[in-house]
Amino acid sequence: MKFDIYDFSVLTKSIHESLNSMMGETAVMISEMVIVGIIFLTLFAVLGLILVYVERKICAFFQQRLGPMRVGFWGTAQTLADLIKLLLKEPLITKNADKFLFNLAPFVLIIASFMAMAAIPFAKGLHAFDIDIGVFYITAISSIGVVGVLLAGWASNNKYSLIGAMRSGAQIISYELSVGLSLLTIIVLTGSLQFSEIIESQREGWWIFRGHIPALIAFIIFLIASTAETNRGPFDLAEAESELTAGFHTEYSGMKFAFFFLAEFINMFIVAAIGATVFLGGWMPLHFGALESFNAIMDFIPPIFWFFGKTAFIIFLMMWFKWTFPRLRIDQLLTLEWKYLLPINLINILVMAFFVLMGWYF
Amino acid sequence: METIIFYILSLVILVFSVLTVTTKKILRAAVYLLFVLGATAGIYFMFNYNFLAAVQLTVYAGGIVVLIIFSILLTHQINTDLDKINIKKIALGIISSGLGIFLVLSTLNNHHFEASNKQATDSTIHGIGRALLSYSDNGYILPFEVISVLLLATMIGAIIIAKKVEE
Repeated sequence: MKFDIYDFSVLTKSIHESLNSMMGETAVMISEMVIVGIIFLTLFAVLGLILVYVERKICAFFQQRLGPMRVGFWGTAQTLADLIKLLLKEPLITKNADKFLFNLAPFVLIIASFMAMAAIPFAKGLHAFDIDIGVFYITAISSIGVVGVLLAGWASNNKYSLIGAMRSGAQIISYELSVGLSLLTIIVLTGSLQFSEIIESQREGWWIFRGHIPALIAFIIFLIASTAETNRGPFDLAEAESELTAGFHTEYSGMKFAFFFLAEFINMFIVAAIGATVFLGGWMPLHFGALESFNAIMDFIPPIFWFFGKTAFIIFLMMWFKWTFPRLRIDQLLTLEWKYLLPINLINILVMAFFVLMGWYF
Repeated sequence: METIIFYILSLVILVFSVLTVTTKKILRAAVYLLFVLGATAGIYFMFNYNFLAAVQLTVYAGGIVVLIIFSILLTHQINTDLDKINIKKIALGIISSGLGIFLVLSTLNNHHFEASNKQATDSTIHGIGRALLSYSDNGYILPFEVISVLLLATMIGAIIIAKKVEE
């Protein structure tokens, strides 16, 4: 084994053993749950802060501006200041709104993204929930988030919110199909839904290279569909400012608004992480078949950097989309999915299955 | 630990099942149903039957509840509370459900459960996939295909109903 020095399972095992020596079985289980929970909460907050800053900077650079510059070095503390502002805001509820559903909606969204996050492999051995149906599990969990969007739209007691929620619901439900099918195309190659096995199968090379043409088509479809599924531009008509003010979260303020905002960014991170794992090899370093010395150098870079690097690359692609393409209309959006992406996807899976049968991949 | 989680999940299922049928607001009923289905998926996860749990989440929680919410949002009576149910109906409901509980409990108590010696069936995704597509003794290829034909027929029917007739 080459990069065993970077194996996190040694660390996690030693923590587990030291906890075991201190207390009983149930207490160990609970304290481990608490530890993992705290780590994920911190990750959520940190990711949210970083992604919001990055988005604003990238947006600014695409528009030949500087973006936030005043708070901290190059505006790095800007999102922190925004967070404090959001914490201090008054939580408002519209008149005649269904208070219970209004308060519940942001939590449904954030819990769904929290649960999806659990199945993501960050590095070797750094994996909270390595379930044998990994990819299917994430698709299942992310289909619950749409309930939060629909509830938020209705409970706001506001026409714009409701229209935004309906648009968003239709969009998420239709694009879920394309995301699932494009991932399935690669599953045909890996023969497993478990994330650790999917990564292990890419030891010789990433699937996007080894699966060549059909894998590339699947990757492009995945990028388009996952951008749409996370309700980001150019598919952000659920919150099109010029038509709907802010869509389903128009009436939310303070922390509850922050939850929606955070969930959007975390969902973007999750789909980027899945894309990086399934298509770009997750935490596997870049390897070329015969170049031994090159491979050895690549092995020195810790897997966690590979993972976050690839994820950041896909996030950058998604932000690039957002700030360069004009927004689609709802009918164009649905036409794109049902008349173009879905048929291409279905044919692509057949092509991929044929390639695998004939052994036409590397 | 597992027992505690089991009781928590069962409690969630029981409480929200009751709330689903007693609430006056129709959209809330759908949300309570979501909790019930989610907790059921949790119980499947506890049994390590991950595939069924994920199916439960996708099909019921993510699919059917979303469809129910969509169709509720499209109705007119969404904002009006449901009518108060009269006592006669409540009494009839209690009697019939009481009879049902009595029937189930009496059978469960009289039945003697024996631990099975049979080998546990393969509940991993590989095992399920093979079982669904094999035509040997434990294969389910025929029902699988029949159901897919049924679904296809349903979809074609739905498209034809939804399609505008051009004169």
